[in-house]
Amino acid sequence: MASIEMKHIVKQYGDGFPAVNDVSLDIAEGEFMILVGPSGCGKSTLLRMIVGLEDITSGDMVIGGVRVNDKAPRERNLSMVFQNYALYPHLTVFENIAFPLRLAKVPDDEVKRRVNDAADVLELHEHLGRKPANLSGGQRQRVAMGRAIVRQAEAFLFDEPLSNLDAKLRGQMRTEISRLQRRLGITTVYVTHDQTEAMTLGDRVCVLRKGKIQQVASPRELYEQPVNLFVAGFIGSPPMNFLPATISGNELSTPFGPIALDERRTAAVAGRDLLLVGIRPEYFEDASLVDEAKLPLGSTFRARVDVTEWLGDSQFAYIPYEAPEAITNQLRDLSRELDAEELRTQAIVSIDSTSRIREGRDAEFWLDSRKVHVFDPQTGENLTRDAEAGAALTRMATEDRVEQVEEARARADGSTSVGAA
Amino acid sequence: MSRREKIWWIVAGVLIVLYALAPIAWIVSLSFKAPSDLANGQFLPTDASTENYSLILTGAASDLFLPALRNSFGICLIATAISCVLAMFAAYAIARLDFPGKKLILGTALGVAIFPVISIVTPLFNLWRNIGLYDTWPGLIIPYLSLTLPISIWTMSAFFREIPWEMEQAAQVDGATTWQAFRKVIVPLAAPGVFTTAIIAFFIAWNDFVYGISLTSTSASRPVPAALGLFSGASQFEDPTGAIAAAAVIVTIPVVALVLLFQRRIVAGLTNGAVKG
Repeated sequence: MASIEMKHIVKQYGDGFPAVNDVSLDIAEGEFMILVGPSGCGKSTLLRMIVGLEDITSGDMVIGGVRVNDKAPRERNLSMVFQNYALYPHLTVFENIAFPLRLAKVPDDEVKRRVNDAADVLELHEHLGRKPANLSGGQRQRVAMGRAIVRQAEAFLFDEPLSNLDAKLRGQMRTEISRLQRRLGITTVYVTHDQTEAMTLGDRVCVLRKGKIQQVASPRELYEQPVNLFVAGFIGSPPMNFLPATISGNELSTPFGPIALDERRTAAVAGRDLLLVGIRPEYFEDASLVDEAKLPLGSTFRARVDVTEWLGDSQFAYIPYEAPEAITNQLRDLSRELDAEELRTQAIVSIDSTSRIREGRDAEFWLDSRKVHVFDPQTGENLTRDAEAGAALTRMATEDRVEQVEEARARADGSTSVGAA
Repeated sequence: MSRREKIWWIVAGVLIVLYALAPIAWIVSLSFKAPSDLANGQFLPTDASTENYSLILTGAASDLFLPALRNSFGICLIATAISCVLAMFAAYAIARLDFPGKKLILGTALGVAIFPVISIVTPLFNLWRNIGLYDTWPGLIIPYLSLTLPISIWTMSAFFREIPWEMEQAAQVDGATTWQAFRKVIVPLAAPGVFTTAIIAFFIAWNDFVYGISLTSTSASRPVPAALGLFSGASQFEDPTGAIAAAAVIVTIPVVALVLLFQRRIVAGLTNGAVKG
């Protein structure tokens, strides 16, 4: 187990295109770090540079205090799970898992013991004699993980390991990976384009865009205090709504009526004319269902509902709005960059599933103005980000992690001492 | 398929098989005819005799035939082995690495493969005589390599291209050196391809006649196809037809056996090379 430090890592391809551009990132021992971003953001390239399958153009890659830039993959002692698992089709499941041990010339009975241990953890016992071709997707995935955990690697690297599974299995394997990582307490770097995986698995999440780091923070901080328009739009599903707004005094005027800002935020946005207000879907509510006590904390407005989607436990309403052309174009560019295709300017609002708001009619909504963020439309910068509050969220996540890792280590010590006795 | 269609398919199939097998059946039948029976005007021998077989295996013609059989096996196996090993490395590099001149190598291989053999036989004959390779095993193995290598490289690079890159990268991450990754992961996965290539290469070498007749002069290295052409009758008034037929049957046996044993793989290899090469 080791920490991974990246210092000003650059990857430039032959044509001069920088796939990864000046990335500096510290991953602590035992930490679960997620690299996330839309396709082409350089996250996989970065992972492959950590493991040594991709040369580093410039910068330092330090694993466990040792600079590994010039070391071959096999000298770095990392284990990796590939997107398509890369199982060896000519070997049985047992030999697949044992492969790294065989290369290390581990004695036979030791190999047997360790493969069996790994098979216990991953419930692969009845499949050990089979060939990968005869396994289901989830089982192959587990074999790939078995091959990763069977040796004492410095860190685990995952390259979109769940993207070949169907939705249900993906959910199960996600919790399985999380449990395994906590149990083994091993440094993990996980690449994904799926923000649900990023939010649920990571201690910290590193959001990349065009080879550059946008923000590195705990999932909660990313969600509550995004640093810019890109992060705000990427994290969260359904995504954050961006409304055009102008400011006068402490009041933003938006297509959904005026929104009052508190002092801190008023000061932060003062002196600009056109702004973008970011409001998450769940900050909205059907006004008729909001507590009397809560009503004054936000504003109410009437709008025409285009479509509603009832999902049982929740309900979404789509409200179209008019926006200046410059803003519309910018939002379209942003959604394209986030691998989505937004065709019209509309807000997605989450309302209570019991709400009787109907499609095609006007309805009254309430908007919680306490948590809205205001962005500069030109630079995309979040003007109202509370860095202090964000840092506190990440600190909390770090404390949780340290505690869990220590617990895992104590458990491991306990079991080895029992084994020795 | 309707009943009618089915019958037509069967009739057509039988016709094609008969057409293809007729010469072989004829040779087999000839091989069992005694010299006096050869011109009996019938398909079947009047009285089946194994006289021709004993002539070439133990009789007068065995001096010509048996060493030739040994030469053919030896030369073809060595040529096949060398060309497989060389083609394996070449194909691996072509499938995996990006290096200048890759297209050139493949193009040259193709050029060599379609180059008419007959046009280089005469210069080669002179060269071989001058440098002492004439009528030796290496003197045939080297030209056979030029026949078998191009197709081996093409077929095998198609097979190697099918193996995912990640397989090898996974092995490297697991702690393998490049050589270990090649030996423990790539070679086992490519084994069917190597095997197919070996069979095809063996056929090509085994069936060669032009080099065999031109670059040899004695039983020191003369292969079977060349030896067949040199059989003579018991007297100058007799044709050695029966003996040639018997020898032809014997040299066909290993080829037919190989094809029957591995037909599935050969078809896979041929179509693989055809589509992907």
